[in-house]
Amino acid sequence: MSQARDWPLYEVFIRARGGLDHKHVGSVHAADARMAIEHARDLYTRRQEGVSIWVARSTDILASDPAESAALFDPARDKIYRHPTFYDIPKEVETL
Amino acid sequence: MSERPAYLLEYLLRIADTSLVLAQRLGEWIGHAPAIEEDLGFANTALDLLGQARLLLAYAAEVEGRGRSADDLAFLREESAYRNATLAELPNGDFGDTIVRQFLIDAYQLALYERLTDSSDLRLAEIAAKAVNETRYHVRYSSGWVVRLGDGTDESHDRVQASLERFWPYVQELFEADDIDRAALADGTAPPAQDLCDAWSRRVDAVLAEATLLRPAASPFRWYGKHGRHSEHLGHLLANLQYLQRTHPGATW
Amino acid sequence: MYTQGLIEPGARPAGPEAVPEDAERLQRFEQRIDAEEKIEPKDWMPEAYRQTLIRQISQHAHSEIVGMLPEGNWITRAPTLLRKSILIAKVQDEAGHGAYLYGAAETLGVARAELIEQLLSGAAKYSSIFNYPTLSWADIGAIGWLVDGAAIMNQIPLCRCSYGPYARAMIRICREESFHQRQGYDITLALARGTPAQRRMAQDALNRWWWPSLMMFGPPDAASMHTALSVRWKIKRFTNDELRQKFVDFTVPQARFLDLQVPDPDLRWDAQAGCHHFGEIDWREFQDVLKGNGPCNRERMLARRTAHEAGGWVREAALAHAAKRRRTPVAA
Repeated sequence: MSQARDWPLYEVFIRARGGLDHKHVGSVHAADARMAIEHARDLYTRRQEGVSIWVARSTDILASDPAESAALFDPARDKIYRHPTFYDIPKEVETL
Repeated sequence: MSERPAYLLEYLLRIADTSLVLAQRLGEWIGHAPAIEEDLGFANTALDLLGQARLLLAYAAEVEGRGRSADDLAFLREESAYRNATLAELPNGDFGDTIVRQFLIDAYQLALYERLTDSSDLRLAEIAAKAVNETRYHVRYSSGWVVRLGDGTDESHDRVQASLERFWPYVQELFEADDIDRAALADGTAPPAQDLCDAWSRRVDAVLAEATLLRPAASPFRWYGKHGRHSEHLGHLLANLQYLQRTHPGATW
Repeated sequence: MYTQGLIEPGARPAGPEAVPEDAERLQRFEQRIDAEEKIEPKDWMPEAYRQTLIRQISQHAHSEIVGMLPEGNWITRAPTLLRKSILIAKVQDEAGHGAYLYGAAETLGVARAELIEQLLSGAAKYSSIFNYPTLSWADIGAIGWLVDGAAIMNQIPLCRCSYGPYARAMIRICREESFHQRQGYDITLALARGTPAQRRMAQDALNRWWWPSLMMFGPPDAASMHTALSVRWKIKRFTNDELRQKFVDFTVPQARFLDLQVPDPDLRWDAQAGCHHFGEIDWREFQDVLKGNGPCNRERMLARRTAHEAGGWVREAALAHAAKRRRTPVAA
């Protein structure tokens, strides 16, 4: 049996309800973008889980390298002064 | 209960049975489609069509006034009592055949349901309003495939051109107005058949052009599924559909 | 469960010592696992972890796809419009589960086409249960009630599997699966409360599906030599026997409510152990079915091969069309 080609892979993002972000839910195979939207609709929104669909070719997704996670994400850890809870404002000051 | 117009039962059954029989055909594909995603696609269309059939048959049963249910009408009539367009009952053939048959009917149903939303029959208008969104998606799905297959490979092009030639003779039946259609039109229940034909033609011609397919010539053959005179295929389809209810009369499932 | 034949007794383990790995990375990997962290696609992982997951996830996917066939067999004959709709929706879900799972497997670096090829060539396995025929409408009830019931038992722990994409796919699947079991029990309930012929139909289906459902959980723990690594790496979270026992304990009262007899003369409540004692499973039948000699193995494979081959021209046409459009975009 010949080793046939898959349809390209698309990553699927669904906005569950108005006001929410699109969230990655998985992938679909499709020959073209229009088909990808239809497949995403049929696969991921049957139970009213979506009001908007984004699809992107998987090869177009660029990702951070897990090997670089330390350099990318650890330095934020000690900058606790970015958080409002760092600051001790006297109770008498009501509106801050 | 108010007087029901004489034409109404027949008119409803034509629409209901077309959806029912087409759903039955699509059900045969599930588990055998060219890709998992198309199993999902055919299942989606089949579910929508079954939903339409249930609503329309329930209404038809009320109009009939003999205390029958939607299931009674779906499962217990004889062949000659079904009113689907003959096109719907034709065998699935290959994927191209099914897609072409589907597209021709989807385009018809969209033209019909869009206009039925303005029907003077409020119950029918309500059913049509729900069906319109479903059918818009069906047209999107099937027309997309007609284009991909028509303008794909040489093999796919030849195959769907042949499918189109095979099914074209059955299209005329969809638009031939008879006394039932004329009575429904006069009552404000139904749109003029010519409007349906024009809208359908515009949509079909546009898709065929994009698909690089040729519109076949009109055929002299006539079909009468809407009058209960079907092809040989309906009997076998009904034997399957009706089997359990016939074997266990009166049982609850 | 859907991966019963995955690890055959006597097969060599692909443990960490079999392939030279970075010992420090392996240690950090196992620390992450112990801390209940999820492993994601681009994270470092031992090759054995990757390969075990590819096989397990893809076999699960194959099972969903082949599983469409025994139930699909009754779509055209479903006895009411509602039952027909429900059955189509259920089989549609199974196609969807297959798609989610192939997608999860693909994150590990394998193409779906390759996995399909493995299934159709017979190289890959799928759950033995789908090699049994659906002989009556009651079988559709039994499959939903027992087979999906057993699947749920296995799938809920998998929602906490260490591999992120698989765990997330399982969460989606579990949400959908509970309707599957309920509709099966609902069908069986209607039959059990129906005519004498319907009751006989339901009992006959239970007689034929009970033991194959117990076999779904795989060989007894004593005969499963290589689950240790799967448990260590949180791919497998409960043993076969644990899950099988739980299934029996849940299901026996459900059968009692229907006034149907579980076809096991040795079945009894063991008050001391606080669970049901059940009879010996015929493991020869299980091995036979796994080897390809069950009632429907050949038919199931023929159906899938036919669908795939018959659809080749369609898939090719779609690709050809897309390539044409890329070269000459059509005005919107």
